[in-house]
Amino acid sequence: MLHPTPTLKETPSQTAGPYVHIGMTPNFCGITGVIDADPGASMLTPDTKGERITITGRVFDGSGAPVGDAVLEIWQADADGAYAAPMGPNSNSRPAFTGWGRQPAGSDGTFVFETIKPGRVAGPDGRPMAPHVSVWIVARGINIGLQTRIYFADEAEANAGDHVLNKIMDPRRRETLVAHRQEGAVPRYVLDIHLQGDRETVFFDI
Amino acid sequence: MTGHFLPGTDGVLFQRDRAWHPPADTPGYKSSTLRAPRHSLLSFGPTRSEMAGPTFGHERLGALDNDLIRNFSQDGGDAIGQRLVVYGQVLDENARPVPGTLVEFWQANAGGRYRHKKEGYVAALDPNFGGFGRAITDAQGFYHFRTVRPGAYPWPNGGNDWRPSHIHFSIFGHAFAQRLITQMYFEGDPMIWQCPIVGTIPDRAAIEQLIARLDRHNTTPMDALAYRFDIVLRGRRSTMFENRLEGN
Ligand SMILES: [Fe+3]
Repeated sequence: MLHPTPTLKETPSQTAGPYVHIGMTPNFCGITGVIDADPGASMLTPDTKGERITITGRVFDGSGAPVGDAVLEIWQADADGAYAAPMGPNSNSRPAFTGWGRQPAGSDGTFVFETIKPGRVAGPDGRPMAPHVSVWIVARGINIGLQTRIYFADEAEANAGDHVLNKIMDPRRRETLVAHRQEGAVPRYVLDIHLQGDRETVFFDI
Repeated sequence: MTGHFLPGTDGVLFQRDRAWHPPADTPGYKSSTLRAPRHSLLSFGPTRSEMAGPTFGHERLGALDNDLIRNFSQDGGDAIGQRLVVYGQVLDENARPVPGTLVEFWQANAGGRYRHKKEGYVAALDPNFGGFGRAITDAQGFYHFRTVRPGAYPWPNGGNDWRPSHIHFSIFGHAFAQRLITQMYFEGDPMIWQCPIVGTIPDRAAIEQLIARLDRHNTTPMDALAYRFDIVLRGRRSTMFENRLEGN
């Protein structure tokens, strides 16, 4: 039986508002003792395989002001290009890498994820997509969560053949998804996110 | 699996109906003006990256995680306010339950005050109310939690705007592209219809979907009123005539 059209309408989105931290990062905003650690605060365990990296940057609005009240989530494959398998509600073991992180922006708009470099995931055409991290951004003033991706500048060859990057015709706009590597004890990939303006990030309807 | 598939568990997501959701730029809600992308969104069929998503089977929820009346209690007492049970079913657009998914909720206290450094409303804090809770849906997609009815509160927007009583919700689903944040309102509240944030949603029928219904049958006698709030996440359509996404 085909279901050509949905039978229910998706619940409409509403802004996360200025107090989003209470619900998504309660310990960060001083609501302690309810849960031990904010979900997604740490992505790495000693058993996580892959190259340790930091993904960081700042979020700006259309006037160039930092968006200090945003919350960002990332979702990514492991070093082998596999997404963590869904876990049943009675599962007892924590995977070595869940692939999911959540961080509040600092007052200057800075976000920091300590994670691993993801492997390549097969695209719809069967060819591997370039390594990337999916990103979802919510904040006061954002009526529906913004979806985008972060790619890695040192993967130029993979990026050149990437299924999604190649849908962006303007090379300047394509660059808004590509983080640049800074060497260090833990390499840092740096990319600012612009909600609006000359350097507006490419956001997705997926 | 050949010659047989279950609609709703296989295939990519239905296209999101952007006209049902609030647009990015909504002048009545001033904070949106500088935070709304101006370029059109890039459309592409979801890939494995969007069709997979985090699940929380390993997350051990505490016994009080879904009890906002007690989970922040400092002196052993209950939060002040009209006691409520809020419950509902998380479904997808094919009306199939979404089990095992994390639902997070946050709200102001009974006086309309948030426990947050940015909060500027003069209403009193309740020492026994934190305002945060979470639940994982059961096999039929149901969640429930105990709380107090949040108060209305003023906010800086048009000079004298007030939010109706509401509870914020964050829901995951099973695909990262199902990720959703929304707000729940209370049946019969006249303030719903004068709120600029509610008003970001163009269609009245869509707003109605955010209004929880008083459920007299599930009240707890001498204790708590019940409100039912069902949540619909994006559903999957058939891929019978398309390339199946591996691993989905
Ligand atoms: Fe609120």
